[in-house]
Amino acid sequence: MGRYVARRLLLTIPVLLGASFLIFAMVYALPGDPIRALGGDRPLSPAVIAELRERFHLNDPLYVQYWEYVKGLFQGDLGTDFRGRPVLDTIERTLPVTVKLALVAIVFEAVIGLVAGVLAGIRRNSFFDNLVLVSTTLVVSIPILVLAFFAQLLFGLRLQWFPIAGTNEGLYSYLLPGLVLASGSLAYVARLTRTSLAENLRADYVRTARAKGLPNRTVIVRHTLRNSLIPVVTYIGADIGTLLGGAIVTETVFNLPGIGREVFNSIRSQEGAVVVGIVTLMVFFFIFFNLVVDVLYAVLDPRIRYD
Amino acid sequence: MTNLDLTKPTAELAAQGTPLLEVDDLRVEFRTRSGVVKAVNGVSYSLGAGETLAILGESGSGKSVSAQAIMGILETPPAVISGGGIWFQGRNVLEMSAEDQRRIRGPGISMIFQDALSSLNPVYSVGFQIGEMFRAHRGMSRKAARAKAVELMDRVRIPAAARRVDDYPHQFSGGMRQRVMIAMAIALDPRILIADEPTTALDVTVQAQVMDLLKDLQQETGMGLILITHDLGVVNEVADDVAVMYAGEIVERGTVDDVFSRPSHPYTDGLMSSVPQVEAKGGRLRPIVGQPPNLADIPSGCPFHPRCSHRRLGAEAAPGRECSTDVPPLRLVVPGREAACHYSEEVLGVRAP
Repeated sequence: MGRYVARRLLLTIPVLLGASFLIFAMVYALPGDPIRALGGDRPLSPAVIAELRERFHLNDPLYVQYWEYVKGLFQGDLGTDFRGRPVLDTIERTLPVTVKLALVAIVFEAVIGLVAGVLAGIRRNSFFDNLVLVSTTLVVSIPILVLAFFAQLLFGLRLQWFPIAGTNEGLYSYLLPGLVLASGSLAYVARLTRTSLAENLRADYVRTARAKGLPNRTVIVRHTLRNSLIPVVTYIGADIGTLLGGAIVTETVFNLPGIGREVFNSIRSQEGAVVVGIVTLMVFFFIFFNLVVDVLYAVLDPRIRYD
Repeated sequence: MTNLDLTKPTAELAAQGTPLLEVDDLRVEFRTRSGVVKAVNGVSYSLGAGETLAILGESGSGKSVSAQAIMGILETPPAVISGGGIWFQGRNVLEMSAEDQRRIRGPGISMIFQDALSSLNPVYSVGFQIGEMFRAHRGMSRKAARAKAVELMDRVRIPAAARRVDDYPHQFSGGMRQRVMIAMAIALDPRILIADEPTTALDVTVQAQVMDLLKDLQQETGMGLILITHDLGVVNEVADDVAVMYAGEIVERGTVDDVFSRPSHPYTDGLMSSVPQVEAKGGRLRPIVGQPPNLADIPSGCPFHPRCSHRRLGAEAAPGRECSTDVPPLRLVVPGREAACHYSEEVLGVRAP
């Protein structure tokens, strides 16, 4: 197991390099001039522009720019934005917001998704089961952008249960955006749990468990739920990686100063170093949590062994 | 609370000679959207301590479903026990509470299944799964149950039991896995063991070992054994009595020697002729023509009549014995032999009464 993890971790290095280069190239290919944009309505003097272009290697070809960037990376330097602020500081400032949002979303996803899925799976074709089926289909088919604005309008503006935007009310401000962010995965978790449970209830070993005269509770919890949750737990695990990186829409709509909103703003202002730094970090989260899931899988299912 | 006494060793009961299990006119249906499937249509038998009853039949003949009805593990719905009774040690199981039924499963009646790999839970060690019997029914601690599991694995002759108790089902061979199933089933010294195709998934040499083990365990404990199979060879080796099932009914019953050497029902006769014989080497086998019946639409009269070579239809039939309209009851043909055929004497080659 140790060797497997080490190998997988080593493999992330070329993946991260490749990803960062791709993002770098895409930012490079963006039309427009970020330096001119810096000045806003008041044009900068040609001398300043020339100096800035030189400092940020903007006159060099793509591979030279990327090489300068990677050289910095190996010294722990993620570069600075065009205003001279280190990208690392930006990440330190914005990441906690995203982590909090992702945690809230995961809790919603795991708790509501699992409970709904289990209840629906045990009582197939009941009223509750149909309710879960209809509501999850509805949630999955609405784009998150629409869902976010709708939630903001209904719960923030009309009912005034939650703050409309921002992080002024601490963890409470994260509840509504967390729920919106979690909604798609939540529906998927409920569906996955329901199907997996219903399938396992028909398994031969569940029949054996009944034939052994085990109490119904033990049959369900020990012999059906545990097996059914293996795919669900691995999905939720992998989803942490996705949620940490994929909150651009939610953070922007709810005006949460996390890495998603930061990356969105940086793309608009063509802040190449920030975009590359943050997106590469997102890729790393994704890879890392997938690795965690693979390791977890072996713990949950004794039939799976690496080495 | 059940007033059934399941604490006495089964062996003590063997001497008393009263039947442990009586099944009377059991009927099971599956009510599905596309119609009612009649899987078991009036099956009766009884089993005493130390006896072995083989239930022989092809897939869909209702042999497994009747066993699952006895165990109380049918999935309801879609299955419905639509008639009859199941008496275990004199008490009607079907009238018991779910909790009382549960208490019987394990120490009273236990069951092993065909495919031990899918019948064992892949995520728990075999020791844990065997030990569960003691934890659920005797309230033992996890540690004590594990020790019991090692004992049982020894008893079913799994080599190096103490070392293998924490292994998982997929780490065992097919034969060893079936031994694990057997260890689990005999853990609480059951009165009756139902073995549903216990050797079908195993290769021939392992089959013989597993059957020997079952036979030895039965002799040690005096438990009643119901052996469900379509394997004529297995029946011949192990069972005392055999009940042949077709379309959810018992069509012939008697001692294995009698039934196999001189069948009195055309279906049994057909089964025997479809078995390769050493003496008849080079000859052609005589299969039973046609298909097993659709249980949602069982033929009228005798369910076997469309495939039967002895059938008599219309005018050639004796009064009240027209094969496509008159249902043949299971009746005594010669002493010790029952068959559900209007013309059993003819099949048997004895003069009609």
